[in-house]
Amino acid sequence: MSFPLLQATSLSCERDDRILFTGVDLAVEAGSLLRVEGPNGAGKTTLLRILAGLHAGYEGEILWCGEPIRRAREHFLRNLLYIGHRPGIKPLLTPLENLGALLARNPGMTRDQQEEALEAVSLLPFAHIPCHHLSAGQQRRVALARLYLSDEPLWILDEAFTAIDRAGVESLERLLEKRMAAGGAIILTTHHRLSIQGAQSLDLQIHAGEALSV
Amino acid sequence: MSAMQKLPRLTPKQESVPVWPACWAVLRRDLLSSLRQRQDLFNPLVFFVMVVSLFPLGVSPEKAFLSEAGAGILWVAALLSTLLSLDHLFRHDFEEGVLEQLLLQPQPLYLIVLTKVFAHWLVTGVPLILMTPLLGLMLQLDGNSIACLCLTLLLGTPVLSFIGAIGAALTLGLRSAGILLSLLVIPLYIPVLIFGTGTVMAAGQGLPITSHLALLGALLVLALTCAPFATAAALRISVSNS
Repeated sequence: MSFPLLQATSLSCERDDRILFTGVDLAVEAGSLLRVEGPNGAGKTTLLRILAGLHAGYEGEILWCGEPIRRAREHFLRNLLYIGHRPGIKPLLTPLENLGALLARNPGMTRDQQEEALEAVSLLPFAHIPCHHLSAGQQRRVALARLYLSDEPLWILDEAFTAIDRAGVESLERLLEKRMAAGGAIILTTHHRLSIQGAQSLDLQIHAGEALSV
Repeated sequence: MSAMQKLPRLTPKQESVPVWPACWAVLRRDLLSSLRQRQDLFNPLVFFVMVVSLFPLGVSPEKAFLSEAGAGILWVAALLSTLLSLDHLFRHDFEEGVLEQLLLQPQPLYLIVLTKVFAHWLVTGVPLILMTPLLGLMLQLDGNSIACLCLTLLLGTPVLSFIGAIGAALTLGLRSAGILLSLLVIPLYIPVLIFGTGTVMAAGQGLPITSHLALLGALLVLALTCAPFATAAALRISVSNS
């Protein structure tokens, strides 16, 4: 029997005396893309952080390949690439240094490959300029360059397209499609309109909870 | 793009990942960041020098007083200076999202924290130790005491960094963590201070110091083995609550 890569059953999360969402079920198969939707404050980021194992305040169960993620933690992390809305870029380091540090988790990437990834996000001319001299969109592209070198089957991308220009969004969409074709699974949030075939969506608004009566 | 075309069918990887390249990358990134942010590097050192130089001015420049109190002054100043630099240990990483990425590395968080604290000690503790002989001379300590003082600082300042890291990780989510951090950490620094200054006192009186050094060494081993676990747990809590 084969399991979905990531599966969550009856997830609920409470924050600041408010139920953010309740009864969320989701399953992400290899080769699928799940888009989490909802208005600001619906708990999209929190849901993604819960799925990545960064947020512990939830109820429900999350399974990685059929095993609870608490038990399969190392295996799960080996196969997960998460990019949060804070991109994890050190402003004093150059894009190349930042990328090298972010990629050190699964070593074996050559410098050529890193430069190739920077070229894919059109940052190669800026490879040796400290990141705090770059624009917000360019800083975000540094983090996104990781996607081009990733061998992790599961991506969790929070607001992946924020501050990215139209051409950048388009090439990212192509990348995501290629990933799905290669058997990667993607969970993302974005306020952009996506033109990706076969994207599923999960609306958090229908799972919104009531304010807790105190 | 060729990197993409080479991509085989993606399946979950079973094999475990090597640890040392990841730790080396953490060390390299932290050292590079510190070297490019010079004030983080120099402020604790300047603070250390200024606190020490206040004592001859404020209390007494007499040789009798200074050689009596010198070791204590230098130790207290080193302790305060370490305390001053602690807030930076995880805060930038936390705000930039680097910490989230570190928590999501498949490598054991224990080793990553160990590396980060070691990097912190390299840029804050080591300069203090290098500056100590000069300040020791200023406080009219004899050569023997100065050597002994450097040795105790070499064993003691890493303990200060390791213990302080727990406090820094716990107070990460707070907006102004400074005072609370001091209140949490200073009581835990007291044993280190007592053994550190005790060693120099003993050396000054010509007593054997090996037992004192052994105790400091034991504190270091204890901090090295236990503190990163506590720090890692505190980091998870702070990131989870952010």
